[in-house]
Amino acid sequence: MNGDIRELYQQMIIDHNKNPKNFRPMPDAGRVAEGYNPLCGDHFKVYLKLEGDVIRDISFDGSGCAISKSSASMMTAALKGKTREEARALFEEVRKMLSREIGKPFDATKVGKLAILAGVCEFPSRVKCASLAWHTMLEALEPTGKQVSTE
Amino acid sequence: MDLGTPWDVEKIRADFPILKEQVYGKPLVYLDNAATTQKPQAVIDTLTHYYAAENANIHRGIFCLSEQATKRFKSARHKIQEFIGAGSDKEIIFVRGATEAINLVAQCYGRAFLKKGDEVLITHMEHHSNIVPWQILAGEIGIKLKVAPINDRGELILEEFKALLTSKVKFVSVVHVSNALGTINPVKEVVRLAHEKNIPVLIDGAQAVAHTSVSVRELDCDFYVFSGHKLFGPTGIGVLYGKRELLEKMPPYQGGGDMIRSVTFEKTTYNELPYKFEAGTPHIAGVIGLGAAIDYVQSIGLSRIEAYEQQLLQYGTQKLQEIPGLRIIGIARQKSAILSFVLGEAHAHDIGTILDRQGIAIRAGHHCAMPVMRRFNVPATTRASLAFYNTRQEIDRLAEALREVTEVFR
Ligand SMILES: Cc1ncc(COP(=O)(O)O)c(C=O)c1O
Repeated sequence: MNGDIRELYQQMIIDHNKNPKNFRPMPDAGRVAEGYNPLCGDHFKVYLKLEGDVIRDISFDGSGCAISKSSASMMTAALKGKTREEARALFEEVRKMLSREIGKPFDATKVGKLAILAGVCEFPSRVKCASLAWHTMLEALEPTGKQVSTE
Repeated sequence: MDLGTPWDVEKIRADFPILKEQVYGKPLVYLDNAATTQKPQAVIDTLTHYYAAENANIHRGIFCLSEQATKRFKSARHKIQEFIGAGSDKEIIFVRGATEAINLVAQCYGRAFLKKGDEVLITHMEHHSNIVPWQILAGEIGIKLKVAPINDRGELILEEFKALLTSKVKFVSVVHVSNALGTINPVKEVVRLAHEKNIPVLIDGAQAVAHTSVSVRELDCDFYVFSGHKLFGPTGIGVLYGKRELLEKMPPYQGGGDMIRSVTFEKTTYNELPYKFEAGTPHIAGVIGLGAAIDYVQSIGLSRIEAYEQQLLQYGTQKLQEIPGLRIIGIARQKSAILSFVLGEAHAHDIGTILDRQGIAIRAGHHCAMPVMRRFNVPATTRASLAFYNTRQEIDRLAEALREVTEVFR
């Protein structure tokens, strides 16, 4: 099998796609945002429950490709219990990792397990998939009223 | 099936320079022909030669080059007339593509001859370009859009279509071949049924003209539309065929040069057909290039093309059905060489990426036919759409790569 493909679809990504974490609506969420990429059809909602400055609970639902879904799943796992500040900082690091130039290194220590998504930048047409949930989360955290899309 | 003289696909492939390209170090397998087709060297040369040696505006110059360009332009229009069996080249209107042609009819015919409460009947398998222009018209003048249902094979249900064809219906607009399902609609029957009630019919031939021979006179349709780029010609050029008496009574589409006979600040009289609908400098190179594409297709012969593509479709259908978990969406009995499918839990975009790395170009998504996706309850499909330069080996490579997908998503 093609090495890049193996790199992109690592087992952990396949697993998150099959059994996503925190994949449920949250009726009593304090914040909800919706992200939609109309050209490719990826469509998610991200739910947040904040307690002061801390993300007490986070979940998502919707549908999309393996890259978008596993990225959303890993995101919810990474952000639970984090402060607003920390969530924003992680968003920035993930954004940098996904949109870096092909072949450029990045600081894996800052993103933890999410480093598994590093291979996505080799697939420019898929960066939008991996980033959709993150931008949706940011809109839930810091609402601007804009429609979220990464296309 | 008899192909007549031997079918030499390698010889045909040699006419298409792009088919020699490599993608990620693998020979390109181009299976996205419903989106756009590749161009034979003859078309590329025609375009180059036009710009390098013949470029001039038409209809206005009194110099040699302009006269030559005008002649080539006119002869291309005539070629297209004969290609689709129209009675006169005045019935051939140049537009940007199928989309613009449908918009032209919706606007010019619709606004002049339809009124609030009138119904326009389409089918459930239309491309967005045969839905949205009518919705825009609905918003403007209050017509209603009616949709004839399709069955689980992806075929138009003629009985239901007939039942919907009430006295309120004042226009019918139906796709000839569905880009999302491959279904070939019984358009001759559709036209006959509508004409029994004096309802004019538009046929969207975007996916038909490159794969089967079409005669608008035989179909007796009132309008027929297609795009040059899906017929091995350039992008940005398309054709609206309309029956002369209808085009005559329709108001013009856009105003400007070429479409007028005389202009004063008080009054303008319009030019005759087809110029009435062709304001401004047209896509001259595109028209001439489309003429070259038609010459090329006719040098091979559409009946041979159709026979070969039907063999490929059969082979491809069988190969894909052998893959565990693969379900073909669209299994009409009359079908063009389009294979739309879902594969287990794998999302179409993941499939697209994996195939791409094998050099295989397919389309993943809703194919501008979201209502079709909803009808079959899938978010998206993967689509391999074939042309006469595709081969069995390419289908084998597709099947092999799809097995790799199942492995990844096991
Ligand atoms: C059935 C059908 N109709 C219309 C169109 C629109 O063609 P164009 O984008 O060239 O205007 C397409 C293109 O995909 C099509 O498949």
